[in-house]
Amino acid sequence: MSDPTAEDIAKHPLSPDEYKKICTLLDRKPNSCELAIFSAMWSEHCSYKSSRIHLKRFPTEGEHVIEGPGENAGVVDIGEGMVAVFKIESHNHPSYIEPYQGAATGVGGILRDIFTMGARPVALLNSLRFGPLDVPKNRYLLEHVVEGIAAYGNCMGVPTIGGEIYFHEVYSKNPLVNVFCLGIAKRSEIVTAKAGGVGNPVIYVGSKTGRDGIHGATMASAELTEAAEKRHTVQVGDPFTEKRLLEACLELFKSDAIVGIQDMGAAGLTSSSSEMADRGKTGLDIDLLKVPRREEGMIPEELMISESQERMLIVAKKGREAEVEKIFHKWDLDFSVIGVVTDDQMLRVREGDTIVAEIPVYALTSEAPVYERPIKPPKFQEIIQSLNVDLLQEPSSYSETLLTLLASPTLASKEWVYRQYDHMVQTNTVTGPGADAAVIRLKGSKRALAMTVDGNSTYCLLNPYYGGAITVAEAARNLVCVGALPIALSDCLNFANPEKPETMWHFSACIEGMVDACERFSIPVVSGNVSFYNEALDQGIYPTPVIGMVGLIKSLETPLTPGFKEAGEHIILIGETREEFGGTVYLKEIHSQERGYPPVLDFGKEKRVQDVVLKAAEAGILTAAHDCSEGGLALALADCCLLSEAGVGAIIKLQPQTIRMDGTLFSESQSRIVVTVKEEQLPALFTLIEEGSVPHTQLGVTGGNQLKIDLETQNKTIIQVPISKMRVAHSGGLKNYFEKSDSSA
Amino acid sequence: MRVGVVVFPGSNCDHDCYDVCDRILGVPTTMIWHQETRLPDCDVLIIPGGFSYGDYLRVGAIARFSPIMDAVIDFANRGGLVIGICNGFQILLEAGLLPGVLLRNRSTKFICESVFIRVESNQNRFTRNYRSNQVISLPIAHAEGNYYIDADGLADLEEKQQILFRYASENGEISDIANPNGSLENIAGICNAQGNVLGMMPHPERVADPILGLTDGIALFQSLL
Repeated sequence: MSDPTAEDIAKHPLSPDEYKKICTLLDRKPNSCELAIFSAMWSEHCSYKSSRIHLKRFPTEGEHVIEGPGENAGVVDIGEGMVAVFKIESHNHPSYIEPYQGAATGVGGILRDIFTMGARPVALLNSLRFGPLDVPKNRYLLEHVVEGIAAYGNCMGVPTIGGEIYFHEVYSKNPLVNVFCLGIAKRSEIVTAKAGGVGNPVIYVGSKTGRDGIHGATMASAELTEAAEKRHTVQVGDPFTEKRLLEACLELFKSDAIVGIQDMGAAGLTSSSSEMADRGKTGLDIDLLKVPRREEGMIPEELMISESQERMLIVAKKGREAEVEKIFHKWDLDFSVIGVVTDDQMLRVREGDTIVAEIPVYALTSEAPVYERPIKPPKFQEIIQSLNVDLLQEPSSYSETLLTLLASPTLASKEWVYRQYDHMVQTNTVTGPGADAAVIRLKGSKRALAMTVDGNSTYCLLNPYYGGAITVAEAARNLVCVGALPIALSDCLNFANPEKPETMWHFSACIEGMVDACERFSIPVVSGNVSFYNEALDQGIYPTPVIGMVGLIKSLETPLTPGFKEAGEHIILIGETREEFGGTVYLKEIHSQERGYPPVLDFGKEKRVQDVVLKAAEAGILTAAHDCSEGGLALALADCCLLSEAGVGAIIKLQPQTIRMDGTLFSESQSRIVVTVKEEQLPALFTLIEEGSVPHTQLGVTGGNQLKIDLETQNKTIIQVPISKMRVAHSGGLKNYFEKSDSSA
Repeated sequence: MRVGVVVFPGSNCDHDCYDVCDRILGVPTTMIWHQETRLPDCDVLIIPGGFSYGDYLRVGAIARFSPIMDAVIDFANRGGLVIGICNGFQILLEAGLLPGVLLRNRSTKFICESVFIRVESNQNRFTRNYRSNQVISLPIAHAEGNYYIDADGLADLEEKQQILFRYASENGEISDIANPNGSLENIAGICNAQGNVLGMMPHPERVADPILGLTDGIALFQSLL
């Protein structure tokens, strides 16, 4: 083994201290292959070195939790011997460099994380952030990201049932692509990623290895400079191979021939082999000459860190190799025994008889650096939190304001996007995209699962603590609105450069808010992902924690949805509206300001509001429920009209207001849910409201084909817009950037 | 009655079709792997949707050469009932069991949504449980569903009443606005001249269970009982 040259070392983003630590751990200098292995495993992406001490604060246990963070995905008990396996993950940098393949392989990666646990993926959701659509590059990014997600998910036959998209300047050079996947398995069928049993064979299955995605993990752990130069670091996806890999793996898991399995994701063969050995407290001895490859002349370090897609590493029981081989050959996939499990806790990599790397496993995993990065609030934090409400002029026409908000890309209909996703395949989709949360039924059971992805980066910028807490609260509220009990979440923490103390201040405070909310609402974190360095040309993104939350519906009778059902039902607002303009869509879109103190979250009240609505939903009292969030009460009511299959409108009669009218309509006060009930169910709802001691307002009744909001005492109409007119604004807000509004297809 | 569902690598609506036949209708149903050369004993064959062979080369073009296809063609020629849904329709076209081709949608995008379909005739083994001119709601989910056939072929289809489904408005009007993918004459599904092979782009198996909302697809499966 030759010592690395200065050039070798400079190729890797390792600090001088980190290099020194490597030499100490090895008790010698690393060779260039070993250096590449360390560099990948100690990258931010694989080691979580800046985030690890903060992530420890999350509650990870609860009555439903079977497997928390640390495995490929979290596992929760959903009753009747079934478990849900889920995780959310980012693929941000690749999606800027090469949007179609970047997004597609983001879907591919998270799918493998789920089926490698023994679960069949049954649902995908995604959370996307782009720059404003009047910039052609941003339209290009959105169009190709969506096509990439669609191409991969649709081909896999896994429905994409929900998601969210926000637009803001800070994402122009650093869009976010976060993908959530959930799978279902029998509890007894869960497979883990441990390399156990000395002497057991280590098997490579799936696609061949090429040079694509080399240095992907390290690329994702630095700020983006010139995208075109990095294109070779983006992997190329092949969903057809992945579909065969999925079916082959699930067929394999039905036998008891395997001990453990892990996806070759970020840092490829390097991370899968060392992490499996780490969990099994074993060593691995692998021969690179046996790795199937599709390019000639690949050197050991390339083989070790290639991120070619659709590959898995398996540890099988000794003597069962032929069984495994038969299954993978049935599905026309590569199969090769590349090594053996050893007892010396070393990762030993060879090319035939030549050893090319020999590293103690712990040096790559538990000995990876951990940093307590400095923390400092941004200089202008107090200034951006200030807002003089008296200077905000109330709009002259609230109807026009409503239409403007409905047409703003962030609030507009995302149908142009989600009609490109197959959201019905597998025939489980009870409630698809467009509602508060998506719902799938579990075949052969009365049970159903609800899921949602949520994040609000403006709140997190203005007050990261409340921003973080509201992310959790709102996701839970969305689940409650479809009648589901929130049981666990997965988080995807998208932040800027962690070497900047301001980024770490955002990060730490967001987590603090999320932790408090998780604890108060008893919702543990079971899996997650951190994406740092979302920063280009010194412009960092806003702090953007995104969570995917899962809820359980014990007995699905009639799905609860946000659309108004029929005329003559009572519309009730549960919760109360305060004059909170800070960070609202109204403030940004109408007054072109992004500042102020975001809405405050009262944990106790939030929980009581959710409990009342969940009880009412479970009792079958409600005919519709909708979270009141971005855009405020006016947008919530407009949504209920727009989502009404029968085209039912609303007649709202407001009592004299103690706050400004634009506050009543567009304030984004938390802990509010709009519900409808039939006349005869009103007393039952009021009983629950009283028992829960939550504030409420009777807003009016459903009916007509318009949204009409009157100020009753003054006999004055505030808003009057036909649903058809709202629909034009809402459906065109995003679509018109991509299609001429008058074209039929 | 017995049903067989043919499974190619990349099929992904195979389980959905199986579920409708087996669980909802209680019909004995078998999955048939594409590398088989003989069919099990069955009366109806379903070629399900999905992305057989990843849609590589051309949709349905590779699956058409799977070993099972000789048996499928033989089964059809002997009068057995064959339904190709979505990718299954594309495979039946490539196999020559149905006339015409499916092009890329005119929007060039994949489209997944519920659309209205007019049942052109119920004088057929597949549609006898619908009314003629009944408007039903079925989902589509495809990128290549833009049906095309030359003028002679179209005249032939019309003359022999082989057009079974057309994209329509809620009121049953056949118009360009109701046409989601650019299909010639709004054609959504056709059968062969003998009336025993059906190909359709919409997915009846996705609307056959009341818990999912719409149930307009179940009548197609019931027509076969």
